[in-house]
Amino acid sequence: MSFPDPIAVFRTEAAELLEQIEAGLLDLNVNLGDKDQVDAVFRGLHTLKGSGAMFGFEALAAFTHHCETAFDRVRKGEVPATHALVTAVLEAKDHMRALVETPAGDHEAMSEALLANLRRAVDGSGDPAAAPAFAGPSQTLFKLRFSLPQNAMANGTNPLPLLDELRDLGTCRIVADRSSIPALDELVPTDLHIAWDVELLTSEPRSAIDDVFIFVMDDMELSVEEIAVAAQAPVVAAPARPATPAVAVETIASAPVTAAAAPASGDGKSAKANENVRVPAERLDELMDRVGELVIAQSRLSQLAGGSGDLTLRAVSEDVERLSGELRDTMMVLRMVPVTHLFSRFRRLVHDLANETGKRIELVTEGETTEVDKSVIERLADPLVHLVRNSCDHGLETADERLASGKTEAGHIHLSARQQAGEVIITIKDDGRGINKDRVRAKAEASGLIAANASLTDQELYQLIFQPGFSTASEVTNLSGRGVGMDVVKRTIDALRGTINVVSRPGEGSEISLAIPLTLAIIDGLLVRVGNGRYVIPLSAVEECLELSVEEDMRSRGRSFISLRDSLVPFLRLRDLFRTGTKPDQFQKVVVISTGSERVGLVVDQIIGDHQTVIKGMSKLHHDVATFSGATILGDGDVALILDVGHLVAEGQQQEAHLRAAG
Amino acid sequence: MTANILTVDDSASIRLTTRVALTNAGYQVTEAVDGVDGLAKLNTGQFDLVITDLNMPNMDGLTMIRELRKLPAHMGVPVIFLTTESDGEIKQQAKAAGATGWLTKPFDPESLVKIAKKVLGK
Repeated sequence: MSFPDPIAVFRTEAAELLEQIEAGLLDLNVNLGDKDQVDAVFRGLHTLKGSGAMFGFEALAAFTHHCETAFDRVRKGEVPATHALVTAVLEAKDHMRALVETPAGDHEAMSEALLANLRRAVDGSGDPAAAPAFAGPSQTLFKLRFSLPQNAMANGTNPLPLLDELRDLGTCRIVADRSSIPALDELVPTDLHIAWDVELLTSEPRSAIDDVFIFVMDDMELSVEEIAVAAQAPVVAAPARPATPAVAVETIASAPVTAAAAPASGDGKSAKANENVRVPAERLDELMDRVGELVIAQSRLSQLAGGSGDLTLRAVSEDVERLSGELRDTMMVLRMVPVTHLFSRFRRLVHDLANETGKRIELVTEGETTEVDKSVIERLADPLVHLVRNSCDHGLETADERLASGKTEAGHIHLSARQQAGEVIITIKDDGRGINKDRVRAKAEASGLIAANASLTDQELYQLIFQPGFSTASEVTNLSGRGVGMDVVKRTIDALRGTINVVSRPGEGSEISLAIPLTLAIIDGLLVRVGNGRYVIPLSAVEECLELSVEEDMRSRGRSFISLRDSLVPFLRLRDLFRTGTKPDQFQKVVVISTGSERVGLVVDQIIGDHQTVIKGMSKLHHDVATFSGATILGDGDVALILDVGHLVAEGQQQEAHLRAAG
Repeated sequence: MTANILTVDDSASIRLTTRVALTNAGYQVTEAVDGVDGLAKLNTGQFDLVITDLNMPNMDGLTMIRELRKLPAHMGVPVIFLTTESDGEIKQQAKAAGATGWLTKPFDPESLVKIAKKVLGK
């Protein structure tokens, strides 16, 4: 069976009703005492409101409600019918038509204006929707509790209108008792498990409460307790109707969710409080150690499984490998904290530095949410303080100098953090005078760091400022320039397996970038073999691997350069470096590693493959072995040394410089 | 046997909505536009349930039930009010006049069907 569209039927009906209302109003305007017309207009408005609400014309229903109330009061003889009222409702009627035709339109302002008009017409300024004012009645506080039978909703009983009716009686506080809601897997969604506790402050008699439940009384449980009579309590208007149903719906809608969480946590509050757990850092470190051991054990398992033909063993081994990888990643995330806290201390520092130096300095920070391993952050603090001090003290000029060179009066320090692959890059940038290369060179020559007239790249020159005992500040200030500091910065960053990159333009400023591995304990490495020994190269530093052809090998003898896509890259023969006595493999490989812009190739005998590596520190005995940054235990129990990329690159570059100098 | 339901409302759109819901639930529906029309339709047959509006021209729902209860053939027919009213006093009057149920507009057609089922006992 097909039915017409109810919305279309409603629109037709509304048009008819509006015509009836208009006719009634016009008749009433001729004879203000015509009770039949008052009734007719009231009924028309009443039907329009009811049907409008039924079909989603909420704005129409709400607006019409006020007109209906006004006419209800006329009908009951509370206010007289006047020409002003008729005119106001006639205007309102035209607006109702608009609300029917374009319910989605913006009618709010118009509705407000017309209702204000209506209010004036009814009783000067009173709200027509307001219930007749109570003559200072005493109010009673009722405490009631009610619950409906479990199958109430299946029988068409909806508790929400009942709650609304209670709210209409006075000031209401309604609390849903959700304690008997079963666990989610036992919950029948059509059953009603909620009971309600209500505190109602009303001037209505107790019977009014019973009236609310009059048609559901037979099946339900209701207890009403009269608490106290508050004499001459201020008249509290019933809360605005439109706002309340939403609250009720929310209360009920959220109930099953809370109930589902309840068995686990007791109540909703404690579940929230558990969102963050504070754990002592050393426990995390312990856990990290265990994860490290697990990773080692796992790689042993992988090696065993890989060498056996047992497919089941291999499947298990792959599972363990995946799981321990995930565990490692989770563990790392646990240790990550944003650099916010680290950066925030610089605001104060820069402020103080500005005062001490008499310069105007503005600090801009960026990327505070970048996350870094907690222990890295702790160790980064001092080097950063030093670098920022240095920028403020040596980098930035005084206000007068800046103005003279056409810069803004205030100097700027830009502190930023970002993640890039497995590293976090922290940059300290200033728009000061830049590093004076001549002075650096002069100072380095004077202190014997470099030979006179040595040919150095800019980068090499800048790196000199990190040498112990190096300071170019002509006078030692309170802030920096005491000759300790920059070398400490370098040492700390080295210890973090990080690199420092310096860019400076005279007159424009300097930029110092620190690239630090995100975590200290575990790295992804490339396992290689040189002679009989195995070594790990941090994978984040590896750019590419290629074969060293016999011709290239022959050609490069004594030169130590290979041409890589038209650019010459210096390389180190690790066999020579480690003085391996064995016969080289026939096809040697070159692993190109880089730090920032510098590249160097490492010639190895064999590339074994990826290897997840737990870094173990070198013993005190080997602490000053620069070529290696640590050691790791391989799956078969052997020890592999981890190559210090920064050091090797520097060495390669030096060798290049050396060969160049030698011609 | 299919139950016969009489719906009384002056709003065509509400009549349509109740009709659609009840027909789809398998009931036979007869419509009336006000209390007078309702009483007239009652006399055309036997009804198992009356669903009526309260405020209507010519004769309101309350008056209609009171009249209906005087008719021997319809004394016991259950009546459900479907209205925007929720005033306690009117509810009391309706209960006293013999109303069995009360559903406030705007209503969920599904609830109406559930109430009808419960009242009709099927």
